[in-house]
Amino acid sequence: MIDFLEKWSFFGGSVLLILIGLYGVITRKNLIKIFIGLSLMDTGINVLLVSLGYVEGGIAPIITSTINNNSYNFVDPIPQALVLTSIVIGVAVLALGLGVIIKIYEKYNTLDISEIRGLRW
Amino acid sequence: MNFRKILALITIILLGIFILQAFLIIPEKGEIALNNFGKADIENRTAQLYIDKSVNSTNEQVIYKESKDKESGSANIVTSIVANYRALDTLGEVTVLFLAATGLSAILYNKKHAKSNFILKEDSFILKNGIKILFPLLILAGSYIIIYGHLSPGGSFQGGAVIATAFLLKLLSSKEYELDENILKIIEVTAGVSFVSIGLYGLYAEGSFLTNFLETGTIANLFSGGIVPIIYITIGLKVAVELTNIINDLMKA
Repeated sequence: MIDFLEKWSFFGGSVLLILIGLYGVITRKNLIKIFIGLSLMDTGINVLLVSLGYVEGGIAPIITSTINNNSYNFVDPIPQALVLTSIVIGVAVLALGLGVIIKIYEKYNTLDISEIRGLRW
Repeated sequence: MNFRKILALITIILLGIFILQAFLIIPEKGEIALNNFGKADIENRTAQLYIDKSVNSTNEQVIYKESKDKESGSANIVTSIVANYRALDTLGEVTVLFLAATGLSAILYNKKHAKSNFILKEDSFILKNGIKILFPLLILAGSYIIIYGHLSPGGSFQGGAVIATAFLLKLLSSKEYELDENILKIIEVTAGVSFVSIGLYGLYAEGSFLTNFLETGTIANLFSGGIVPIIYITIGLKVAVELTNIINDLMKA
């Protein structure tokens, strides 16, 4: 059981996070809740990318006074570098979406997508 | 349990099976598949070249405070990827951030600068006076994280977020506090232009965009890494100003 969890908690967990986000996007009717779902999917993808670069017993790829050369067991630095920027962009895109939601609320006085013409499905 | 929920459940279960089976594929010879958790094969990945700092040169050991003139001089390998090897990627991502911030300003632009709908309660004593102490400390911590980005964990994106948090607290603490948007614009444009012009100077001096044209120095010294700390400071300023701008726009909307 512990073996299974160790093997699957990060991959399975991040995929689960993506799916929960997608479920929220499909079923919720409140615009802000839809955006929370999108944000969850974002987080899930970030966790998935970072965990693909994990090495057992690996350490952060920084050369310091204790870890003083490049022969240590480092984790993969490339996904970390990509996710680092992706987190900030996630925040900015979330803010852009919330700005659009503010304007929609000013125009229609509701956040329910079933009452907004053009967003109904 | 209506039709939409059942449809959503079926969709996500199918999608979940579809994604998870990608992890179970056993590669035949010559094929590449996703690795198991904790079994990333770093030695055969590009990452190993970045760790050894030997993309163009031969493989030598990198030793703390001893190795000199490596092709990328920053001790933090993630930083050397973000601001040196893949700096073009970072330029693109900073552009996306800039577009999002500008788009938000355009969407929420108020002609009359009408009064904010954002209702603040009366300024609380603890918030108001606590922030007077916290504000300079947060700015200091953010600047430290940015400037030491090539030596320690952290870097421009994290430091920029910390500085933006300082301004968020300042905006929350008082109704009268207003940011001068012209100064924000000037800082942002200067940072962006200097990032690109460092890249263009690399093109002129070394023959490719965003190449390191300075000496990289000894690893783990403060003045090391060539253009990495300079680029990181410009990105840090840009991220800090853009996130501050986003917060300001959303609060004044």
